[in-house]
Amino acid sequence: MAYKDMVVLVVDDFSTMRRIVKSVLRDLQFKEIVEAENGAEALAMLKSVKVDLIVSDWNMPVMTGLEFLKKVRADEQFKSIPFIMVTAEAQKDNIIEAVKAKVSNYVVKPFTPASLAEKIAKVISQS
Amino acid sequence: MDIALINPFLAAAKHVLKTMAGVDVRPGKPFLKKDDLAKGDVSAIIGITGVASGSMALVFTEKCILGIVSSLLGESYPKINDDVRDAVGELTNMICGDGRRRLAADGFSLQAGVPTIVSGKDHSIRHFADGPRLAVPFETDHGAFMVEVAFGKPH
Repeated sequence: MAYKDMVVLVVDDFSTMRRIVKSVLRDLQFKEIVEAENGAEALAMLKSVKVDLIVSDWNMPVMTGLEFLKKVRADEQFKSIPFIMVTAEAQKDNIIEAVKAKVSNYVVKPFTPASLAEKIAKVISQS
Repeated sequence: MDIALINPFLAAAKHVLKTMAGVDVRPGKPFLKKDDLAKGDVSAIIGITGVASGSMALVFTEKCILGIVSSLLGESYPKINDDVRDAVGELTNMICGDGRRRLAADGFSLQAGVPTIVSGKDHSIRHFADGPRLAVPFETDHGAFMVEVAFGKPH
């Protein structure tokens, strides 16, 4: 599927990071970008919007990115959606935990627009 | 206070601001801070737990943070508002995360909480531990900011 046909869900409790990620996605010419402030809000959004890619933070109140990832992978309808974790949590144990929960890829903050674009391309090409 | 616990946060401040906002920072002379007064207009503090307990704070002058956030988001900000305060919180998250990642590579495992953001003239910062507070002033082309780190016995 081409970027121009895809809807991306951006999840982060900080509007600053959502804006930075959205700016990269807009430059890549995705069809539509929807956003949520935490995992619970994102999960509710998945039920009303057909999403083709999720880009989510890890540390968020209400429901963390890891909990959200686990719920997505446990749901028959959503489990195959590519899921990129964009986070400051990049210690070895965190990465192992996310990989076990079947994260599609992992972007460590701070990041450049090019590095995020590269991870997105890799994930989409594998999906 | 173990200086090995401090330096990674200073390196992280330099790395995060350069990578995310294209801002070069120049560290000044570190000093021990005796009071809670923030030497700036907007701050964020984040609690740290694990092999050591404490907190890290960033304190920005208005001119400095407005310049950094304009570079970060590609939009001009004439004064400190909710967008700028949110950016201070996210920068604190990223710097703390990058600092903890550097420490983890040296065998120090630390976790962090959620940053608290405070703004206004003469606001104060209360660190989460009773230990000494090391402050490091930084200069940027936009103005000055400070990184404060304190480890010790939790309050």
